[in-house]
Amino acid sequence: MLYAILCYNDEDVICGWSKEHEDGVMEKLGVVQERLAKEGRLGPVARLMPTTAATTLRKDREPPLVLDGPFAETKEQLLGFYVVDCESLDGALDIAKDLGKANPGGSYEIRPIALFMPGEPKEAVGA
Amino acid sequence: MTDLGWIEGAITAARPQAMAALLRYFRDMDAAEEAFQDACLRALKSWPKNGPPRDPTAWLIMVGRNAAIDAVRKTSRETVLPPEDLLSDLEDAEAEAAERLDGSHYRDDVLRLLFICCHPDLPATQQIALALRIVSGLSVKEIARAFVVGEAAMEQRITRAKARIGAGDAPFEAPGPIERAERFAAVAAMIYLVFNEGYSASGKALEAKGGLCDEAIRLARLLLRLFPAEPEMMGLTALLLLQHARSEARFTADGQAILLEDQDRSLWNRKMIGEGLALIDKALLKRAPGPYQVQSAIAAMHARAIRPEDTDWAGIDALYAALEIMQPSPVVTLNRAVATAKVRGPEAALAMIEPLGARLDGYFHFHGARGAFLLQAGHKDQARQAFDRAIALANTAAEAASIRQYLDRVTAEAEKSAS
Repeated sequence: MLYAILCYNDEDVICGWSKEHEDGVMEKLGVVQERLAKEGRLGPVARLMPTTAATTLRKDREPPLVLDGPFAETKEQLLGFYVVDCESLDGALDIAKDLGKANPGGSYEIRPIALFMPGEPKEAVGA
Repeated sequence: MTDLGWIEGAITAARPQAMAALLRYFRDMDAAEEAFQDACLRALKSWPKNGPPRDPTAWLIMVGRNAAIDAVRKTSRETVLPPEDLLSDLEDAEAEAAERLDGSHYRDDVLRLLFICCHPDLPATQQIALALRIVSGLSVKEIARAFVVGEAAMEQRITRAKARIGAGDAPFEAPGPIERAERFAAVAAMIYLVFNEGYSASGKALEAKGGLCDEAIRLARLLLRLFPAEPEMMGLTALLLLQHARSEARFTADGQAILLEDQDRSLWNRKMIGEGLALIDKALLKRAPGPYQVQSAIAAMHARAIRPEDTDWAGIDALYAALEIMQPSPVVTLNRAVATAKVRGPEAALAMIEPLGARLDGYFHFHGARGAFLLQAGHKDQARQAFDRAIALANTAAEAASIRQYLDRVTAEAEKSAS
C-alpha cells in the first residue's frame, strides 16, 4: 500500500535555520531517502514553498474566491511530503520515525493513498 | 531531548516578536535586549531538559520579562529566581500569553519595532545598523564588518541611535490604519536599503556584506508573514529573491563585475527564482501595482529568459515606462533606455537620455551607458569621451575596469581601421 507522509512544522522556525543547519538536515534525510530508494519503496518527494507563496481557490461559490495563504490559526504548516510503499501502517511509521530522527521537531501525518498518478511534469521547478 | 539546531531556529524566529513585546513592556532598547538575552540563555538550559515549550515566543517573552523584573529585585534584596523550568507545565499562563500575542497585537508590535528602528530623525546608515542589531540580532562586530568600520565606531553609532530614540517620543502606542500604511512604506524602504548595502558591495567587501542580503530577505519574509495579502510586500520579497538569485554569477573570481547579459545563467539560484516568480505572479493577480511589484516584474522577465537573447525587452521597456510614471527619476529613465536601445535602437536610447545629462553628469552609470549607446550607434570618438568621463567617476576598481574593457575595444577597432 502507498502511504503519504505529510511533513508539518513551524514555518517560522524552519526559516530561522542557518544554512549549515539546513544542509545538515538535508544530508541526514538524504541517507534515509537513499536507503528507501534502494529498497524500491520511495515514491515522489516534494518540498513546498512557504505558505506566503501559496494561493487558495475557494470553490464553494461561483465565481470561486481567490485567497492568500492558507493562513490558518495553527502553529504548524504543511511543508512537504513523501510517498512511500509499505506493507502496513507499522512499516510507514518506522519510516516516519527514521525521517524524524534525521529532522526532529514538528510532526508527520501518515495517510494511506487512495489514488496515485505520479505523472511526469516537463520541469521540476525549484528542484 | 530537544535538538540544538531546532532551539537555535526557534530563538531566531522568535526574536523579532519577543524583542517587540519586551520593548513595549520596558520601553527601553537596552533593557529589552538584556531581557531577551537572558531568556535565551535560560532556554538553552531548560529546553533540552524539559522539551520545547508549546509556544517558544511566548515562553521567551515571559521568562525575559520575569528575569528582568527579578534582576531589579535582586539589586535591592536577594530573592529566588522564578521557576522557568516549570513554565512548560503552566499551561494556563502560557496559553494566555500566547493568545495575547496572537493576531494584530503581534503584528503591531513587530511593525512598531521595525518602525522605531527607521525613525526619521536617524540617518539611513544608523537605521540599518539599529535594525540589524535589534530586529535581526546580529552582533555589533558583524555589523561593523559589513559596514567596513571599526567595532568601537559601530558600537558608538548604535548607542547614539538608541539615545536619539530614547530622547524623542518613540511611538509605542498601537498605530492606526493610516499610520500603519506609512510605517509599512518606511519599513519596506529600510529593508530595501539593507539589501542594497549588501548587493552593491563588490570584491573583498562582498564577503563581509553578503550576509546583509540574506538578512534583508529574512526581514522581508517576516514582514510578508505579517501582511500576507499586501501585494507590494510580495513584490519587495520577490524583488530581493530574484536579485539575490544571481549573486553567484555576478562577479569573476578576481572580483570583476559581470554584466547581466554575460552571466552564466546556470549559476543562478533556481530555488530563489522559483519563489520570487511565485510571489510576483501572486501579487500581480491582485491588480494593485506598485513600484516594488514593477521592479520585481522586470527582474522576473530577466529570470524567465533561459538565454540572454530570449529576454522580452519590449516587455521590460513597457514595465520601465510604468515605473517612470509611478516613481519618476532620471535613474529609472536611464535604466529604461537600456531596454529601449534593444527594442528601438541606440539612437532612440540616446534621445531618451539626452535631457538627463544635466542631472546625471556626476553619475558613473550615466556615462557608461551613454558611451555604450554611442558606440552601438557608431560614434566612436564621442563614445570614447563618455567612457573617459565614466572612468573618472568610477567608485570602485571593478567599475573602472568594466569601462576600460569598452575603451580597449574602441581603441583596438580604431587602430585596426587606421592600419
